Parts: sequence; C-alpha cells; structure tokens
Amino acid sequence: MLDSAQTAERVTEILDRHRGMEGALLPILHAIQEDFGHIPQDALPIIARDLNLSRAEVHGVMSFYHDFRENPTGNHVLKLCRAEACKAMGADDLAAHARRELGIDWHETTRDGKVTLEPVFCLGLCACGPAAMVDGKLVGRVDAAKLSQIVGGLK
Amino acid sequence: MKVWLPLDSAAVALGADEIAEAIQSLAAQRGVDLTLVRNGSRGMVWLEPLAEVETPQGRMAFGPMTPEDVPALFGDLAAHPKALGRTEDLPWLKAQTRLTFARVGLTDPLSLQDYTAHGGLEGLKRALGMTPAEVVAEVTESGLRGRGGAGFPTGIKWKTVSEAKADRKYIVCNADEGDSATFADRMLMEGDPLTLIEGMAIAGLACGATKGFVYIRSEYPVAIRIMQEAVAVAQRAGILGTSVLGHGPAFDIEIRVGAGAYVCGEETSLLNSLEGKRGIVRAKPPLPALEGFLGKPTVVNNVISLASAPVIMAKGASHYKGFGLGRSRGTIPLQIAGNVRYGGLYEIAFGLTLDQIVNDIGGGTASGRPVKAVQVGGPLGAYFPASLFDTPFGYEEFAGKDGLIGHAGLTVFDDSADMLEMARFAMEFCAIESCGKCTPCRIGAVRGVETVDRIARGDSAAIPLLTDLCNTMKSGSLCALGGFTPYPVMSAITHFPDDFQPRRFEEAAE
Repeated sequence: MLDSAQTAERVTEILDRHRGMEGALLPILHAIQEDFGHIPQDALPIIARDLNLSRAEVHGVMSFYHDFRENPTGNHVLKLCRAEACKAMGADDLAAHARRELGIDWHETTRDGKVTLEPVFCLGLCACGPAAMVDGKLVGRVDAAKLSQIVGGLK
Repeated sequence: MKVWLPLDSAAVALGADEIAEAIQSLAAQRGVDLTLVRNGSRGMVWLEPLAEVETPQGRMAFGPMTPEDVPALFGDLAAHPKALGRTEDLPWLKAQTRLTFARVGLTDPLSLQDYTAHGGLEGLKRALGMTPAEVVAEVTESGLRGRGGAGFPTGIKWKTVSEAKADRKYIVCNADEGDSATFADRMLMEGDPLTLIEGMAIAGLACGATKGFVYIRSEYPVAIRIMQEAVAVAQRAGILGTSVLGHGPAFDIEIRVGAGAYVCGEETSLLNSLEGKRGIVRAKPPLPALEGFLGKPTVVNNVISLASAPVIMAKGASHYKGFGLGRSRGTIPLQIAGNVRYGGLYEIAFGLTLDQIVNDIGGGTASGRPVKAVQVGGPLGAYFPASLFDTPFGYEEFAGKDGLIGHAGLTVFDDSADMLEMARFAMEFCAIESCGKCTPCRIGAVRGVETVDRIARGDSAAIPLLTDLCNTMKSGSLCALGGFTPYPVMSAITHFPDDFQPRRFEEAAE
C-alpha cells in the first residue's frame, strides 16, 4: 500500500509531464491509471489544485468515463464484446459461459483476485466476432472452448 | 525473401503476431535473409492472417495462415496448402474501387518512402500551390459528405471555418469509431496513417488552422500506437511542424485517447472530452465550426472524410465525383460484419443494393442459415429485412426507407436472431451510454428497456407506448444517441412483428 506522500510525489510528476497541454485532464487520468492501475482517491485533490478545478469536477470527469477505475482490478482483465456484430455471432452465450466459469458477473473480480470481467462495446473486430481483449491482447472468433483455454491460462 | 503480414488488429486477433514470430524464427533457423513487413490489412478478414510473399510474378497471397502453414512458405509456394494466387487477382479485391484505401495493405504503414512511391503527398503538394478558398472549392465540388454518419458536405464545413475570424483554429479528427460493425477508421489508421495526416494537413491549409487533434478511442490500442509513430515520422520529415513541407504555414498534430464513452463519437461531446471535461453533448448552435475546441472555430471530421481529401486533391474533384449515385458521390468503405461468410472492408462507389452487398459480396451468413436482418449504420441504424434488400446504398436512399447508412457498417444476422432482444439491447445500450444531458435520452432509454420487457411478457398494449416513446426520443433528444436509438427499435417492430407477439409469454416467464 502506498502512503499518501508517495502517491502525491508520483501524481505531481505526472502533472509536470502534462504542463502546457490544452485540455490535459484525460491524458493525466490515463497516465495516473497506467502508473497506479487505478485512480487513487488521494490523487483527485492534487489534480484539482493543479488544474484550478474543484475536486467535484475532477471526480465528475473521472466517473463519467468507463475506462477510469476507483479500485484496482484483479491480476488480469478479461473484456468481452457485447455489441451487435458480436451478438450476431453468439456473444451472449459466450458471456453467459464466461460468467458461469468465472463465477462472477460483469465488473466483478473473482474471489482469488485473479480475473476481472468487463463488458466492452466494440473492439472493431466486427468481421471476426465474438471478440475479446485479455490484458490488452486482442482475440477474435472466441468460442466457449477458446475462452476456457484463455481463462485456464491466466495465473 | 520479402513477406508481408498485417499488423491490423483483426489479423492480430486471429494470430498474426504468432505467425510473424514463427516466420522469423524459421528464417533465422534456416539462414534465410528475411524482410518481414507488417502492413495494413487487405480487408478480407476471413482470410486473416493473410501472408504475402514477393515473387517475380507479383505478391502471392496465403491465408488464413496457421503456425503449421509457416514451414511451407519456405518451400514450393505453388504447392502451399493455403496458396490463393496473386493478391491483386483475388476477385473480392479486384472488383473494388479503392480511392481512400488505395494504399492500405499495399505499403508499410510507417514508411514515408512507400507512401510517396504510391502517390502519397501529391494532394498536399497540389493544395500548397492553391489558395485556401480554392482548396475548399475543390473539396466542395467533389461532393464529399461526412463519412462519420451525418453526411454533411465536408466542403461547406471547411468553408465556414475558413471564413471565420479567430486567432486560433483547429482540425479535430473524430476517430472515436464506437459503432458496432464499423472498423474502417481503425483499418485506415493502422494501415495507412500518413493519408490521414496528409488529409488533416490539407484541411489545416484550407481552413487556416495550425493545430490538429486525432481523438482515438481507447479500445483501439494498435491504431493509437501506429498513429503516434506516424505523427513522429511526419514531424521528422517536415510534413508537420512549423512549416508544412517547408513552404506552407504551420500545422501540427497531437494524438488523444478517449476513455470508453460511446457518446464521445458525437462531435460536441468529443470536443468537451478533448477539453478535459465530461463528455456531455453541447446544444447547437453555436456550431463547432464557429465555436468548437476551447471556443475557437473547429473542423470536426471523421477519419474517412479527412483521409479522402488527399485523393480528391491529387486526382481532382471531378474524378472523385464521377463515382456514386444521386447526391452520394465518390466511394464508401463498406464494412461487412456480424454473421457473414466473407466479412471485411470493401470500398466501392455508392449505389450497390443491400442484396448485392450482403449476398453477392458477403456470401450470406457464416452459419449458412438464411439472412434474417441486416443492421445498417451501427447501433443507431435500422434493421433491414430481406424485403428491403433492393435499397441502393446512398444517404437519401436509406433515409427514404426509414434507415441510415451511418458510417457504412453492416451487421448481418441469421434467422436465429431475436429482434425483440435486439430492440431491448438498443435501449439498454442507450441507457448505459447516455451522457445524461437531455431527458428523452437519459430517462427514455431506461423506460424503453422496461417497455420492451412488458412486451416480452405478453403485454401487447405496450407496443403503442413504445412507439410513442420512440417518437419523443426521436424529436426531443439533443443528439443522435437518443435521437437515433428509435431507428433499430422501430425497424425491429415494423419489419419483424412476429418477434413481438404475445407467444413470448411462456418463454419470458421461465
């Protein structure tokens, strides 16, 4: 667990990197999430002070976007596409299979902290669905067997 | 030995990186002098990963490749089990009219030398010799309309920004391609990013803008990486920077990444997001062309609109305008997706019928079952039944059938599709993605899901209620999210009434 001084130091370093940028808040939040794995609550007042915004405004921006998370994920993030083109290829059944196999619902993490399951609305792999993203790696034409193999391979 | 293997996301999702590794390690093992180019995709997704090998007869195609097929690439190519013959002779590719996508798949996306050898920068060079007004006139004359979906004439938008007086102006490229069934923006950014950069530089010249942004959705990691590298290539070569190609005005580009909000594909919401705010839709007027990014005059154009500017400038407006039908001029990159046998990107002049696209080009469903519906234009587009398959592909033609072409994505469904479920999903998606600014969208979508559920439970009295709700959303929403969600919902009810019959009562009660 990081203490608040360490958090402040890393956040300030990120803020310095984005100085002078027009409309820098999203790039800043992305950089913080990449560094910490999520957006620590402690970071919000520091960002707010730096950008001359209220803390509520920063929270408002962070909470508006699906990408930004308040809490860390499991060791691995499995994203399954729920959009139309993948649905046409059986994404609903695949999602049901994944939820059963992992024993969790959307946005949840398995009890051993291994896998977080997230829905995604389109990865642009619409001619080779159903599509998935495993820790940033794209996978096309996923079926139940392939999914079980992917989940089984996650440590 | 020279081999091409796509770096395109779809090819990678189907194993291209593993094939690349296998080719490299085998070449090293056998002491073969290998040049492996990671190119864009040719667009034939069912053949991905598609490897190409240079031969005296031209580039020979092999696909879909598996790691087991790699060793045979080092032997007698004609006897290779996945040999498809010369790439350029493949009928699917040969029948296309590739203007915007001319270089995608052909060149190394990050090689400026490849780019200029295949006609790159010709458009920008011609534009540099013209006045801004002449460039705007050329684009206007070409008949190019916004490829993001709205279909607004690109030249008119540029003219508004060009004539606006301000100390700063911006070119914003909308690469927040969130619609299911669409991947043309992604393919272009991954396969020929310099075309987009050239197009934005032309727009900058035409409008007097010195700064451009490309707002790419975070779900496109490959496109983000390639675009960032391409901008660096263009900066090093002096295409971007303090003087475009050394004798133009300043123009530079910055890549920005979205954060998973579908609504940011709407231009005013995108601008707010770019400014670091919540992606809330702005009321219009003022138009972004007059008060856009940070309140300054801003062109917001889709990737394909901007990437079509170079070919229009290079070959002239009349060449581009010579393709198409009615008021839909030029070519359109069709993205054929979903349950389809031959899915991928197919650039062709406007005017093909839906039947030609789905059955002749797409080859019907992947499952082999009959086609039930095709959703045209993404999640906000209408479902078309087979009885409307004679509709020619054009903006007005689809509007005339209560649909839209949107960003030209087509999702094919076979007869196992449940259209009530698809109508429910449209409302659910709108509820999840609504920015919350206007009531018809924010509340209407939630009530929409509930009302579809009532119909599913056998309450047919809820059908007129849903119709009424759709009318409210359509005419009362601020942007296309709430305003167009009724298209998939109403088209499902209108064209597939059987799926909304009370027979569903027992199934739903299970």
